[in-house]
Amino acid sequence: MKAASFAYERPRSMSDALALLAGADGEARIMAGGQSLGPMLNLRLMQPPRIVDIAGLAELRSVERDGDALVIGACVTHANIEDGRIPDVTHGVLPRIARGIAYRAVRNRGTIGGSLSHADPAADWVTTLAALGARVRLTNSKAQRDLVVTEFVQGALQTALRPGELVTAIRLPSLSPTARFGYAKACRKPGEFAHAMAAVLIEPDLSRSRVVIGAIDTTPIVVDDSSLFGGAITDVRQRFDRDLACRLLMQAGVSDPAARHIHLTVLARAIAEAAA
Amino acid sequence: MTDTAPTVSDDRAPRGVGARLPRKEDDRFLRGRGQYVADIRLPGLKDVAFVRSPVAHAQIRAIHIPAEYRDVVFTADDLTGIKPIRAVSGLPGFKVSEQPVLAVGKVRHVGELVAMCVGRSRAEAEDIAASVELELEPLPAVHDMRLARAAGSALVHEHWGDNVFLETNFEVDISAALDAPIKVTRDITTARQCMAPLEGRGVVATFDHRLDQLTLHTGSQMPHIVRNGLSDCLGIEQGRIRIIAPDIGGGFGHKGILLPEEVCLSWLAMHKGMTVRWLEDRREHLSASANCREHAYHITVYADRDGRLRGIDCEAIVDSGAYSSYPFSACLEAAQIASILPGPYRMPAYRCRTYSVATNKCPILPYRGVARTGVCFALELLLDAVAAEAGLEPGYVRLRNLVQPQDMPFDNITNKHFDSGDYPEALQRALAAIDVAAVRVRQRQGEPDGRLIGTGVSIYCEQAAHGTSVYAGWGIPMVPGHEQATARLTPDGGLELRVGVHSHGQGLETTLAQVAHEILGVDPDKIRVILGDTAMTPYSTGTWGSRSMVMAGGAVGTACEQLAARATRIGAKLLQLAPEAVTWRGGRACGPNGSVGLAEIAHTWYRRPQDLPNDVDPSGLEVTGGYKPVRDSGTFSYAAHAVTVAVDPDLGEVELLDYVIVEDGGVLVNPMIVDGQILGGLAQGIGTALYEEMPFDDAAQPLATTLADYLLPGPTEVPAPRLIHMETPSPYTMFGVKGIGEGGAIAPPAAIANAVNDALRPLGAELMQSPLSPRRIVAAVLAAKQASTP
Repeated sequence: MKAASFAYERPRSMSDALALLAGADGEARIMAGGQSLGPMLNLRLMQPPRIVDIAGLAELRSVERDGDALVIGACVTHANIEDGRIPDVTHGVLPRIARGIAYRAVRNRGTIGGSLSHADPAADWVTTLAALGARVRLTNSKAQRDLVVTEFVQGALQTALRPGELVTAIRLPSLSPTARFGYAKACRKPGEFAHAMAAVLIEPDLSRSRVVIGAIDTTPIVVDDSSLFGGAITDVRQRFDRDLACRLLMQAGVSDPAARHIHLTVLARAIAEAAA
Repeated sequence: MTDTAPTVSDDRAPRGVGARLPRKEDDRFLRGRGQYVADIRLPGLKDVAFVRSPVAHAQIRAIHIPAEYRDVVFTADDLTGIKPIRAVSGLPGFKVSEQPVLAVGKVRHVGELVAMCVGRSRAEAEDIAASVELELEPLPAVHDMRLARAAGSALVHEHWGDNVFLETNFEVDISAALDAPIKVTRDITTARQCMAPLEGRGVVATFDHRLDQLTLHTGSQMPHIVRNGLSDCLGIEQGRIRIIAPDIGGGFGHKGILLPEEVCLSWLAMHKGMTVRWLEDRREHLSASANCREHAYHITVYADRDGRLRGIDCEAIVDSGAYSSYPFSACLEAAQIASILPGPYRMPAYRCRTYSVATNKCPILPYRGVARTGVCFALELLLDAVAAEAGLEPGYVRLRNLVQPQDMPFDNITNKHFDSGDYPEALQRALAAIDVAAVRVRQRQGEPDGRLIGTGVSIYCEQAAHGTSVYAGWGIPMVPGHEQATARLTPDGGLELRVGVHSHGQGLETTLAQVAHEILGVDPDKIRVILGDTAMTPYSTGTWGSRSMVMAGGAVGTACEQLAARATRIGAKLLQLAPEAVTWRGGRACGPNGSVGLAEIAHTWYRRPQDLPNDVDPSGLEVTGGYKPVRDSGTFSYAAHAVTVAVDPDLGEVELLDYVIVEDGGVLVNPMIVDGQILGGLAQGIGTALYEEMPFDDAAQPLATTLADYLLPGPTEVPAPRLIHMETPSPYTMFGVKGIGEGGAIAPPAAIANAVNDALRPLGAELMQSPLSPRRIVAAVLAAKQASTP
């Protein structure tokens, strides 16, 4: 389990990093913490000729407010979020989710942008940030664009990233004071990858809700038309349309009844929390 | 003679048999100063990586080696003079497999060695391995032991004509049980597992021209057995092989076999003059060593309405994998199943048919507890099913059938000779400690969080340190005889002990020193225990089967007694007394009016022989003593485990709320070390119960090839159990000790599964398969719901 040989670059600035990517003809892999990429390299599941390590770039480790939103640099670690070292616009949702990611050793190095770019369907950020309505900022040497998480994550380990492009930040809208969030996941052991995961956001001020079911073999299921609650956003626990959720899971390829039951249980618990 | 400084002062805490002496080896281990195979650095050391079969079953059409690597890549064609690994059971009907050290003609399991590649670093060796192309013609894989016996199945070894290593049948009057009012039948399966010691296997091989000797450093529990096997495969005399097994980071059986890798690296050292190293990585361990525990039972228990057992009828299949591994063979598990399935219970009728089946998986190895963990799972789950059928408490049914203390020693239905113990007392203490009555009350009240509470118990007795007659009877090609130990007094009064067993977590450097201290009184700090080197230790089959404390402890004790007798005779000369006037007490040769200590005796013997008369006993102060217990049928330690769980029936999650272990390992040489053994075994048992599983697809491809998929229990999964000790000495061993090393891993899967089934009983769900994964639990709950819906 030794990685195939590769060139390792650690650029000193964003512009250097983007220039390296632009010149790499799509053959470079970005390392932004390496907590998933490292094992994949060692298992030789990936054998990129070049690694561009961006974890040390100050521009990507900063956090700033932009009006009502918080812009989180892609290389902010889970641990820094867990420890409250960045401002919180989510009434504690972000630190809570960060705390449940893998193990502290992973959280010390793993980054929010790295996790999104890896696009593991069982990753906490993919599901959570989709539910929170976050946007992902993609930058190349010439331009940048913002995508919502569900546009960005296109499948298991697949994203909308183009050659030469880099996730540089996540733009997170502030939750209104009345917003309610529920989250649940099922793991074999604390810190292991989840085999079921759901996030629920209810925003009475905006009369909307968003339900995300993660940890399935494909891109998360997102329901943002309140159809799971019969079109309402009140009494969601009572109105929860379990049959509809079951159909959505079947459509997403969750064919095993026991696995589906676990997903539905986790979803129901996330809904119950949001309704509480 | 005047007293010089005595070797031991009486005012210090006891340090002999029974003392909780801190481990002598902890100083180096806790400071990270242990020396494992991977720590060995030799001049010119090169790394080896293997090209392994990516498929389970295929004909090898060609192996393409890039021209630039032709000198550093070796295949079976290069390995001149190497014989395949053969482990032949002595039981009639056994079909012999020949395991080539590098594949010849065919590959028979994923991970089988096809070529070896030598590089300046492991990474370079892996690069070279990746450049080798295999042309394989896939064959249908034998992936399921239950289908392997069907007509028309693909064949692992074509010339056998079927896939059965060995079929056995044992029967005592099963017809007498058939009219029993209660008849419970179940199919039970246990998952294939990996042993996952912290340190994987590893080999460093070099050739010493001065000694004309191959030196093989290898992480082995059984260095002398490795030398036997290696000598056979290499075709060279044993004197030309030295095996050094340095510190070992856990064995559990995985380090008990002769590896093809050991033979391959030996060949490189001998024939290519290379000093080479191979270190098993975790992926190799998971994909090419998924090698234990896979059993399937079709079992019927017959009982009376009052819970009394009338008989057991069982057909058991063991997935032995592609080859018979050396030295335990493909049939140890099945032989054990047939002989220990009756457990600690009495019954008048019994039948067990076993099949050791070849599949396209890597060879099965005996893992801590060997077949007992599976057997205990099968039998104890069935006893709970009997209890449910009879409307009785599971504890009551067991108490009704356990062998009683007044019947000890007891010969059971398979002629196992239980040496001593009070099994019902152990069970009752466990039931009282877990407080079954309180659990029943809590169950009736229900839980505020909707989870279901259950309690479960299991009890086993474990034959350990079993010797010549048992292993010869099981047909195992390695049969232990008398165990030897050498005790050598050094000129300064220190003691060196040389033993052929090894220590890979058991703390034998401490416990064997305690035994010697008990007899000779030498300060344990001045006792060095030398093990793990064929050049420095007496022959031994090594450390396995919970045997080392009984066997090596007995041998050390015997050697020390003989050394004491010699020291007494020399002491008598120094005291100017007749030998019969002098006795050995408290580490001193004592006469009526004076005594002389061991240090002075040693000093005189080695440094001042002029002080001794010419007629002194000339044998000296180095003794090799031999030992076997009074009987070689083994000691029987035993334990009752009881657990209370909370089950979330909608997520399939199990939380262990309380865990009690009542154990009796006879006289414990170091109770603290035994506690550690039990806790470690419990962790592994919890892994077997709830987490560990190597699934295979229909092509016999192992599916959990990283630790993200193969789940091991960690600190959050292992509760702190309550340990309760009983002590019934074995009547047959020195000090009354019993083998205890494996026991902790035997009972947890059965106790936990029984507790989960107890919790799920109101829903009508029952699980008969390990591990009890969330998916399996939810599936069982859903199936029960469906069955109850009209």
